[in-house]
Amino acid sequence: MDVMQRIDKAVKENPVIIFMKGTPQLPSCGFSSRASDALNRTELGYSYVNILEDPEIFENLPRYADWPTFPQVYVDGELIGGCDITLELFQNGELKTMCAAAIEKNNS
Amino acid sequence: MQTEITKKLENEFEPSFLKVEDETHMHNVPAGSQSHFKIIVVSERFDGESLINRHRMINKVLEDELKIIHALAVHAYTPEQWIEKSDKELASPLCEGGGK
Repeated sequence: MDVMQRIDKAVKENPVIIFMKGTPQLPSCGFSSRASDALNRTELGYSYVNILEDPEIFENLPRYADWPTFPQVYVDGELIGGCDITLELFQNGELKTMCAAAIEKNNS
Repeated sequence: MQTEITKKLENEFEPSFLKVEDETHMHNVPAGSQSHFKIIVVSERFDGESLINRHRMINKVLEDELKIIHALAVHAYTPEQWIEKSDKELASPLCEGGGK
């Protein structure tokens, strides 16, 4: 499976997934840390990929959804944005609603 | 770099408020580098655009810079949202009767 297929599979198979530097427990970048923290606070559960452990994904992810920076958060197969948008959506309550809907869809 | 970013955003978005902040000093990078920026852009062009589209518009304008800089924090608002936001953020605390 080539790298674009691997990214696509991860995005499609996980209702909420963050590609980040480090892990939610041990983030390696302030932006990744804030974005994963917002996801933690939805208390809904999510998947993550540590791009520092996967140089191929690190290198190619920006091409996948034409988004140049990390972290990247995908909900229901769609890129919602990076740290700033994830935080903004968390603060206005939309993040939790979106994630809950994606998770429910995935379970049904 | 800061000037370049400012100029490009001014030309493209004709913002009613623009702030381009060099946050490089907050990071562990070699002295003299300009690698981390935060921008606040308030423009009518963002009317009716989703957050992700606003960021995409900005990413496109700063395509060349994004190849060089390490991080860019983006806050993009319409003039109405900006007024609402500043009102909230600048609101003075309520008097809780401590003066008497």
